[in-house]
Amino acid sequence: MSLGFVMMCHTALHRAAQVARHWAERDCPVVVHVDKRVSDPDFTALKGALGDLPNVKFCGRVKCEWGTWSLVAASQTASEMMLAEFPGVRHVFLASGSCLPLRPVEELKAYLAARPRTDFIESVTTEDVEWTVDGLHAERFLLRFPFSWKRHRRLFDGYVELQRKVGFKRKMPDGLVPHLGSQWWCLSRQTLSAILQDPARKAHDRYFKLVWIPDESYYQTLARKYSTHIESRSLTLSKFDFQGKPHVFYDDHLHLLRRSDCFVARKIWPRANRLYDTFLTDQDRGTVMAEPAPGKIDRVFAKALERRTRGRAGMYMHSRYPNPDWENGKTAAPFSVFQGFNDLFENFESWLSRRLGIRVHGNLFDPARVRFAGDADVFAGCLSASAKLRDYNPERFLTSLIWNTRGERQVFQFSPRDRQRIGSSLAWDGNAQISIITGAWAVPLFTSNKDFLTIRKTAAALQKREVDFVNVLRRVQTRADVRVWTLAEFIEEPMENLQSILDAIDGPSGARITEAPRMVDLTGFGQFLQNLKNQGMNPHMTGDFPVELPGLKHRSEDTRPYLVR
Amino acid sequence: MQAVQRYKLRLERKRFLVRAWRKARDLLLVADRTDQIRRHDLLCFVTLRNEKIRLPYFLKYYRDRGVAHFIVVDNDSDDGTREYLAAQGDCSVWTTPASYKRSRFGMDWINALLREYGHGHWCVVVDPDEFFVYPFCDTRPIPALTDWLESSSIKSFGAMLLDMYPKGPITAQPYSEGQDPFEIACWFDSGNYMIDRNWDFGNLWIQGGPRARLFFSDNPERAPALNKIPLVKWDKSYTFASSTHMLLPRGLNLVFDEWGGEKASGVLLHAKFLDTFTVKAREELERKQHYAGSHEYKAYAAGLQENPNLWCKWSERFINWRQLEILGLMSKGNWA
Repeated sequence: MSLGFVMMCHTALHRAAQVARHWAERDCPVVVHVDKRVSDPDFTALKGALGDLPNVKFCGRVKCEWGTWSLVAASQTASEMMLAEFPGVRHVFLASGSCLPLRPVEELKAYLAARPRTDFIESVTTEDVEWTVDGLHAERFLLRFPFSWKRHRRLFDGYVELQRKVGFKRKMPDGLVPHLGSQWWCLSRQTLSAILQDPARKAHDRYFKLVWIPDESYYQTLARKYSTHIESRSLTLSKFDFQGKPHVFYDDHLHLLRRSDCFVARKIWPRANRLYDTFLTDQDRGTVMAEPAPGKIDRVFAKALERRTRGRAGMYMHSRYPNPDWENGKTAAPFSVFQGFNDLFENFESWLSRRLGIRVHGNLFDPARVRFAGDADVFAGCLSASAKLRDYNPERFLTSLIWNTRGERQVFQFSPRDRQRIGSSLAWDGNAQISIITGAWAVPLFTSNKDFLTIRKTAAALQKREVDFVNVLRRVQTRADVRVWTLAEFIEEPMENLQSILDAIDGPSGARITEAPRMVDLTGFGQFLQNLKNQGMNPHMTGDFPVELPGLKHRSEDTRPYLVR
Repeated sequence: MQAVQRYKLRLERKRFLVRAWRKARDLLLVADRTDQIRRHDLLCFVTLRNEKIRLPYFLKYYRDRGVAHFIVVDNDSDDGTREYLAAQGDCSVWTTPASYKRSRFGMDWINALLREYGHGHWCVVVDPDEFFVYPFCDTRPIPALTDWLESSSIKSFGAMLLDMYPKGPITAQPYSEGQDPFEIACWFDSGNYMIDRNWDFGNLWIQGGPRARLFFSDNPERAPALNKIPLVKWDKSYTFASSTHMLLPRGLNLVFDEWGGEKASGVLLHAKFLDTFTVKAREELERKQHYAGSHEYKAYAAGLQENPNLWCKWSERFINWRQLEILGLMSKGNWA
């Protein structure tokens, strides 16, 4: 009879009764505190259910409210009763009605017997605490909190604000250093009785009555005063989410709980039959004296927190739709955009596809249809090639494409001839690698068989769009990795420039280009630009092109023109 | 402006409530077992017409997941639906021959019954071809979810409608009574959804899936909405504004996170595209009782005649909720 349990109950009393019986039948006295808000018939029923057990006692009832002194008062009454009625008890374990023992009581007894003077109570100074959710750390001890946070939120907040403005500060009782920690503890008789029988208890209680959430600080602070050996951790596995409410365990947590080697867990969902059935029957585990190891459970809940607060980057769905700039990444993965390259090089897409070993799309934002790789009608995630569907919401089209193809880098072509609405999204996306040869749109015009008037007008329109896009890319908000060359600049060292883009995709270890893409024959292109100028349209985005391009003709006749070693 | 806007929505909500009260007079009681409803029971509200073949599986599906009582409006069925439901021990049934269209596609009736019986309960509001999938649905019943929502002070839970379809013509594999419809229609589109915010009501507007891909690729704005809020802790001042797509007061529509995180959410598997669909589509075209001049059904009739296969090589085959979570169609949020 070395271990006694103090149980605080307010709901799911049938489950509390089950657990209390489990402990009592294994020679652990239990003192039950039932919230005064529980109806009398329910209380009587609980009493009746445990009536046959001589070592289960019910203490005086207090009306309990979260965050207030009432919870401490209740545990004090129950603890006093435990110490008085069961003199053989050496350790008192504070549990709740939704706790469940995960390991046989014998193991817990043996564990405590091996550490007879140790107090297991999480107790950390306010400076070291980061888990308080409400933002009140040290202020818990320095301000007064007479109003209920749940029922009178405005008064609560207003009074806190007022005290801050006035600069009000309470004085700690002598000899106490504020400490915080989980409210579920296991204290030795010596320490617990020292706290409860302290001549200064009245002063302590008076002080803690107006502290915020005293059940997380009363014992935690006072234990520091009396304990000879504190293990600052709770024997109860209890996890809190980002709102500060406890995580609940269900049937599917069975294996996780079993492997945790913790002694007691809370909270258990009252209808988790499998958990109650499994853990309340005697398990034959052999003689294991494992230390509690809640690491795995910690990871599961840490992941849940991460998911709830940061989410998966680049995923847009019906329960995650971030406001602009709150996406934590606009798209799911890096992707590359090439503008002007398929105008300057013949079959650029298939060359790039061979070079990178991945699918390369054509102009995804072509006004006629989405040019998926291989001209597919449908692509990953059942994205349709319909231009109307895409244009209905181009931003979601792009984010869906990148999300659907996680693990395979997306590469596509862009052009001033395409729908331009997506431009700013590309610019603001840190995952986008955008490479542009400005003025390359003039090359297809040069090789086309159109009236010069049409060509001039088209050239003017395309140039305007390209200028707009490039201006967007040059804004400070741009997060994309942008490379811009004029056509004239680019063709001076085309292979080096291409290589620099590919290096950025593969990293420096990537292979060198061995097979060059074939450039369109630009003989006479300088003259073509001059003609545009003569007609009043200045194609300045192409860069400075001489009327005659020395050497270019010779190069493009070569079948494998420029190899980079 | 904001106050004006808010007041307008308040008036609109009141208008829906009055409408519901007025339209409730169309309802004739068939079987009233609502006295069996206990305080914390999970309720399910359904409007249907000629769905007898679907009912055995539908009822079993939701019973298994913790629904304690079904409240059903039968819109003038003539295939024995009404009699079948009236014989079930956990169903309360009303019937009406009145116009489906003029009761705002059944929502007025449902709003009236929700106000009467749903107050203070968690309520699932679905069609007989919608099957609610939520995180951990293979190991935890819906009350586990609602208990958790309640402790997190969340009042409504969102689910996207996910159109399921078979491989091959939809008439190829006939559906038989009591069968799991997803043995046949087990394919879906995983990533072609278009999302936008509806600033008036604060909800998301989602379109896409096979219906947008095949039937509305030329006028996407008419593609059906897929955002739904099928699970609500009801209060008698609430009302569904448009099908189960959005609610008033509009705070209930904020089932998504705006600051980068993920809220917990589910999916409604939509077993619409079974062989029963062709008969249904023909009938609905004749009755002209569906949304916006039944243009949806016209599009289907035309589309399915041309190409009766909704399947494509990028379709995903349904496995379980975890698969949907990985694909980004639902989320566990911080429920673990």
